This record gives sequence, structure tokens and C-alpha cells, in this order.
Amino acid sequence: MGKEKDLEKNKGSVISRRGFLKGMGTGAVAATVAPTALVSAEKSADAKMGDAITRAKIKLHINNETHEVEVEPRTTLLSVLRDGIDTSGKRIDLTGAKSICDRGECGGCTVQVDGKPIYSCMMLAIDAAGKQITTVEGLANGDQLHPVQEAFVQHDALMCGFCTPGFVVASKSLLDENPAPTLEEIKGGLSGNICRCGTYPFIFEAVKTASGKMGG
Amino acid sequence: MSEKKEYKVIGTRPIRHDGVDKVTGRALYGADFQTTGLLHGKVLRSRHAHARIKSIDTSRAEAHPDVKAVVTAADLPTAADKIADLGESAVNLKYLCDNILASDKALYTGHAVAALAASDPHTAEEALELIDVEYEVLPPVLEVREAMEDDAPLLHENLKTDAMGEKSEESSNVASHFQHKKGDIDTGFAEADVVIEHDFVTGTVHQGYIEPHNATALYNPDGQLTIWCSTQGAFAVRQQVSEILQIPVSKVKVVPMEIGGGFGGKISVYLEPVAALLSKKSGRPVKVLMNRAEVFEATGPTPASYIRVKMGVTNDGRITAAEGYLAFEAGAYPGSPVGAGAMCIFSPYNIPNGLIDGYDVVVNKPKSNAYRAPGATNAEFAAETVVDEICEKLGMDPLEFRILNGAEEGVSRIDGPVFPRIGCIEATEAAKEHPHYEAPLEGENRGRGVASGFWFNVGLKSSVAINVNPDGTISLVEGSTDIGGTRASIAMQAAEVLGIPAESVYPTVVDTNSVGYTDVTGGSRTAFATGYAAYEAAQDVKQQMTERAAKLWEVDAAEVQFADGDFVCVNGKDERMSFKELAARLDEVGGPVTGRASVDPTGVGGAFATHIVDVEVDPDTGKVEILRYTATQDAGKAVHPSYVEGQMQGGVTQGIGWALNEEYIYDKDGRMSNASFLDYRMPTCLDLPMIDTVIVEVPNPGHPYGVRGVGEVPIVPPPAAIANAIYRAIGVRMKELPMSPGRILKTMGKL
Repeated sequence: MGKEKDLEKNKGSVISRRGFLKGMGTGAVAATVAPTALVSAEKSADAKMGDAITRAKIKLHINNETHEVEVEPRTTLLSVLRDGIDTSGKRIDLTGAKSICDRGECGGCTVQVDGKPIYSCMMLAIDAAGKQITTVEGLANGDQLHPVQEAFVQHDALMCGFCTPGFVVASKSLLDENPAPTLEEIKGGLSGNICRCGTYPFIFEAVKTASGKMGG
Repeated sequence: MSEKKEYKVIGTRPIRHDGVDKVTGRALYGADFQTTGLLHGKVLRSRHAHARIKSIDTSRAEAHPDVKAVVTAADLPTAADKIADLGESAVNLKYLCDNILASDKALYTGHAVAALAASDPHTAEEALELIDVEYEVLPPVLEVREAMEDDAPLLHENLKTDAMGEKSEESSNVASHFQHKKGDIDTGFAEADVVIEHDFVTGTVHQGYIEPHNATALYNPDGQLTIWCSTQGAFAVRQQVSEILQIPVSKVKVVPMEIGGGFGGKISVYLEPVAALLSKKSGRPVKVLMNRAEVFEATGPTPASYIRVKMGVTNDGRITAAEGYLAFEAGAYPGSPVGAGAMCIFSPYNIPNGLIDGYDVVVNKPKSNAYRAPGATNAEFAAETVVDEICEKLGMDPLEFRILNGAEEGVSRIDGPVFPRIGCIEATEAAKEHPHYEAPLEGENRGRGVASGFWFNVGLKSSVAINVNPDGTISLVEGSTDIGGTRASIAMQAAEVLGIPAESVYPTVVDTNSVGYTDVTGGSRTAFATGYAAYEAAQDVKQQMTERAAKLWEVDAAEVQFADGDFVCVNGKDERMSFKELAARLDEVGGPVTGRASVDPTGVGGAFATHIVDVEVDPDTGKVEILRYTATQDAGKAVHPSYVEGQMQGGVTQGIGWALNEEYIYDKDGRMSNASFLDYRMPTCLDLPMIDTVIVEVPNPGHPYGVRGVGEVPIVPPPAAIANAIYRAIGVRMKELPMSPGRILKTMGKL
């Protein structure tokens, strides 16, 4: 098996995110930790795979709520949003952003960080510390849907709905920056998101309608 | 059904019932499911495309304190060669089991070999390294024609060719060979003035649903297994899991979560039996999620194929004969959609003499699976390209040719079935009359192409229950998972019967213990068949409500009629109640009303589409840009026109991807080189023009509202239409898919 393993390492093209970060070494990881974000860091007591993993306590401001979470430096923002548990024992449980490609290729995990759309699978949680994070769950104002959400429903700009949270957040971000986009600008603004059901034409209409509603 | 009917709900565009859930992120898909005590499973996959498994040692993984269970094929009940009945199709149980966890051989890169469950997904992923597998690496065979050669490496030492019912003596990679005949092919070609013959190759393509496969299982000590997953068919999962684990279906409850796309690829089980075994061993619920590379490498692509088409026509444009040879890659185990391809290849035409040969061939790639009109896109790419060349030779308008030779009621397909009332010619006429077809197309390297397509659609079994609520609304309970808006299109059919708005119907998709048997959301059957069940269940409600009204009014039930949403007494008594008013008074006359229906309708009526596309080819880079696209299609009756348009646009989008970009790229060892969305490039907004849609309505006599399935046929014409447009643009005939820049430059002689 030893030889087999070596062969695999040479030939296989699959690199796990964790394996990659382990390979970078703790120095590189530490360098990505914003000092202000670091509440405290400690050696994980339960690291059993032979590598001591540093954990960091950080504060995440998500949809106007603040959560203190303890994360390994490699933990992505997406992972915390979906599966994280804060230090008070509360599940974050924001599963609107989807884990689809986990490599920044499809836009299904798009959230806003300080008003900018980002792929939450490509941002480490520690890099989001202290910033304002808005997920699709945070767009509606109580029972009042955000105009983009309303327009998506009105225009049936979704089929299976799996890419929809990402498209909704990306569309909102586009309109935040450019309240009256042309069709070409809409296409450009949403080109980082994939809809396999091919609902694009309805999505363009929804964005135009939302633009009108938002005064664009 | 021939006359146009007036409807109140059918044909309108109500807001979908699940819209708010899906735009707010609240809709729960399989990966979103949580429960207490959850473990996380990961699957160890072969990095060899073809290898004998000499041994698997799981002891190091089992010794890990955070690993709670490890499973291999040895944990599956002994899978002898036995035919498993999966309702829709029969499958050799050993193949079904071996695809879940390989026993003796790994047959493709990504083939599951073992799995384990641990306290968190990262530990599980790392602990996979503690499972030791010893392989004897074998040479892979990666292409259908190579696999058919006599000296090709054999995937299955015991696989004999089923050649038209006769088993071969020698083992082979050819699992089956079948033939369809109509008329006399030699006479047909003898009558032809022009004969065109070409061969075509299409690549392996993935369905590309963006939601990765997922399954969570809980195996209780009493033997009751519950599975939460995203699937096109909860009952199909129940049946497969029951066969693979050899437990009765009554012991398995499948809870369908929301599903993020399927397109045919979420019918087969992959993770469900694995999660169940891990849960059984660990005593805890276990969730297993695939990552994107696993989805590409281990789940059903649609097969690569080699197709040869020969057609003969008279000088006045009549088809006299057509011959097709289709060899499809089944992947690691038999069962490609070559049969469906053979049913569709020439079906838009009335052809007196035909011969079709189909071959199902195993290769060292993932077991192929259905993908939207499975087999038809490959087949009609070939046939429709040959038709275009015939039209060019004859100097005939290609849509005129299609109308002249178009299939219609009474015509038999080469594989036998006789068409009922269909809209093949009407859909083609709609394309011909569309302004796009005559619009000027100026500029160099630009061309316009057309192609038609057929998909036969399926019926199958569906069940619906309806509960009447005292506020005049109804709850509609169904077993069809909603991939693209079927909650609405099914609800609308019940609403039409009962004279209530679509918004007064509350549809819910429920688990396998809570609704009658329902087949998969696939085959373009859901709006047709589950809609049919909703229609019948609503008729049941209407009948019972009529009897209740009669009771209230103390008249005979025969003296009560239902018209325009009101129950009316017709014996001279001046009594009238709306559905809502009567619903509020049911408790006075016997309590709740529940309607139900289970159906198995067969009058599916096939679907036809004709597409027009304008392209511009960059002769220096070989890149094709789609300038304009128009799709016409016979929907029978469009229940919710927006969803029909959405299906048409969606099919076209996928068809464009298939035509221009998408393919699995393998290295010589059979490892996929592009198992990510970055390298397997699917269309984004930037790749598409606006896609015009024209819905043609030729009512299907097999459905009370004339509905035909609409979801699949729109993916069929695009590759051929685009190939024909490329020919008009730059004068080269493309006979390979995808028509990527490299292939175009090569065909132009520039590479």
C-alpha cells in the first residue's frame, strides 16, 4: 500500500482544501489571520490526525446579529454559515448559501461582505471577522421581501431554485452598485453565477423589474 | 379533444407555491438537512479506471477514535447475478450493488471502494487515507469502438452479448445488440435519387445539476430505515435501496428533500445505500455529501456515442429509406440509453423503409445515466445533420422538407409504434412562419441552421390525494418531487376541475409512507401523469362534494350539478353554493372530504420541437457565438406557459453547452482531467442570446386537458441546428460533438 499511496500522490489530481492548507504550514495560515479579528487562539485539544491545528475565536456580524465562533483558520465562511455553531451553542444554520463547487466556480454561495458580493466558499471565516455579512436570509425586511426577491418570484426566475440564493444576492449587489443596468451589464454582473436549469432570460427580466422598483 | 377548450386556470401564469421559500433561502435541500447525533460519511474512490481489487484492509481506519463505522462491498448482502425489478426497468442486481461499492473490480476512476463515517466531515475525509486497498491495475478501455474490438480488455469476464435475444458464447464488452426494421431497406435505397451517409461521434457529457448528490440515513434498531435525500423519485430510491440491501420496501421510508436539478441523473442511487450501511453499523444517523469532482467522476454522465446515418430521398424530396447504426457507451455497467436513441433518431419523419441497429457497450467510465431526452440528442445530431445535407443537395428549403416528410397521426415509427395526434408538422410550420426564419442575416462567417427533434415522453404511475379544507382551499398531497415548477402545474389541474384559483391549492411533496406509489419526476411525465392523477383526485372530490350538497338540500345526488365553480340544484329548487361555501358546511353532512386517485396513463403523446439558430464563427479562433435562437414546440396544452417557456429555454441552454463546450476529457489512463466547473464549462449568461419561444398547442387526446410532456425535447435539436448553422457560416460539416474551437479549426484544416 505504501507504494500504491506514493503512486496516488504523484498521479492523482485531487487536492483537498484541508490537505492544501496543511501543506501551506501554520506560518502561512497565521499570516492570513487579521490580528484584530483574533480574539484568542489556542491549540486544539482534540487534534488527533498528527497536526496541531490552531483555533481562533472570532466575531462574525451576520444579518445584523453578532456570533462569536471558534474556528480553525482553514474554515471557510460558507462552512460557518451552514454548519457553524457559535460559542453560546447556537447553530448559525444559514443554509441559503449552497455548497456546490466549493472552488469559486459557480456563485451558488454568494453573500455580501461589507456590501460586496463574494463567494463564501472562497473566503476564510477569519477574513470575514468584524465585517458586515449579509446572506440571502438577511435580505427581507421582516415579512417584506427585498425587491429583488419579489421580482424573482414574480418572473419565475427560478426553476429548481438551488442557484437562486446566489443569484438573488448577486443581483442585489449588482443593483446596489448600478441601479439601472443595461442587459449587457446585467449579464456581466451575473456572469459569475451558473444556473443549469437555464432560467437566465427570466432572471434578466427579474433584475430589470427590481431595478425599476428600487428606483433605478 | 380536437377543438380548443376554454379554461379558467389552465393556461394562466399564477405565482409558484414554493417561490418565497426559494428566494429567501428557506427551502431545505438534502444537504441542508440536520438531525441530532449526525455523523458524516465520506467515500473512498478508485483512482484507477480499471483494476482488480486484491484486498481492502480497513483496520487502521476502524482503530481511529473518531471513526464510527467503515463499510465495503463485503457489508452488502451477497449479490449474486439476479435481475432486480426497479419498476421502470430491470437491472442485474450484482451490477447495481457493484456500482454502489465495488467488490471484485474498480471499473472507472471515481468508483466507490469503501466508505466511513466520522464525527465531522473533515475527519472523515482524512481518515479515508487509513483504508488500505491493494489493486492490480488493468488496462482501461475508454471508447466505444475500441471496446467493441475482439481483443479489447474485458470489463466483465462473464458478460455475454444479448444479440436480439440470443446470448453470445464469447464474453464481450457489447452487452446487447438490437434491431428495428420497417419496410424493406434495400428497396428503399434503390428508389432513392440521392443517398447521403456519414458517421458521427459525440462526447461524454454530464447532466450538470448544480446540487451535488446527498443522502442522510437513519437505521433504527427495529430495522426501520429512513432516508432523506434529493432525488427525482423517492419511490425509486426506496425500490433500489430495498433491492441492494435486501430488505422489504415496507422497511424503507424515503423523505424527498427539495432537489437542485436532476435532468435524469438523480434517479439512480449512489450514496443512499452507503449512508444506510454506515448508519446500521454506527447506530447513528449518517449524512454523506459528494463534492463536485465526485459528481463528475462517479455519477451518471450521458454516454459518448458513435453513430452512422444513411438516408435516401427522391429528387422531389421524399425520404425513401433511412438506416442508423448507434453504438453507445454504457459506462461501467450495461444500460446506456441507446434504446431511447433508436426510438427517436428518425421519428420526426414519415419513412417507409428503415433499419436501426443499436449496441450497448461497456467502457471504463462511470455508469451512464439518463440526461434529458436520453439518447435522442446524440441520435438526432447525426440524423438532422444528414437531413440538412440532403436539403442542400436537393436545393430544398430545410423546413419545407421537414413539413413534406413530417410525421403525423397514423404514421408508424421505424421501431413500431404508430403516432396518435401529434404536432410535428405544426411545430415546424410555426418555425417557418416565425419572423426569425426570414430575417436578414448579414455579415461574414454567419449562418442560420435549423433542426427538429422528438422525444416520446412517458406516462407511468402517479398518486395524488386531496383534502378539502373548511376555508374552501384544498391541500394536495403528491409524490412527485418538484424540480421545475410542477407543484404549480399539478395544482392548477386540480384547481381547474374544482373551479377554484390555483392559489387555493396547497401542494405538498411527501415521503413514501404518506402518498400512493409515484414514479420518478422524469421522462417528461410529471405535469402529464401526476397532473392526470390530480385531475382524477379532484373529480373524486367533486363527486363527493356533489353528494354532500345533495344531502344539504335533501335532494337526490343526480339532481345536483357542478358548473362554473358552483354546485347547483337542477330539480327546480333554487339552490346554489360555491365550492368555498360548501367546504365550510361539510361537517354538517358527514365530515371531511378527501379525494384520491392513482393513475397509470398511457396516452402520452410524443413531443416535437423545431429550432432556428444564427451563429457567427470566428475563423481565426474557431469560437462560435450564438447570435439568435428561436425554439418552437408542441406542448399539447401549456398548463403554465411560463414553465413551458422555461423548459424550452433551459433545454436550449443545455443543448448549446453540449453543442459547443461540454465534454469529459480523459487522459490515457482513464482519469478525467476536467472534473470541475472551471474546466467543464457550462453556459453562463454571457454565452447566450435571448431565446425566443413559440408554444404550439395540438391537444394530446390522451390527457383530459390535452397536456403533453414538455421538459426533454428542447435539448434535442440544438447541436444539429448549430452544426447546420456553422456549415452555412463557414462551409464545413461538423460531425463531432462538442464543436469546440479546436475541433472547428481542425475541421477547417487550420490545426
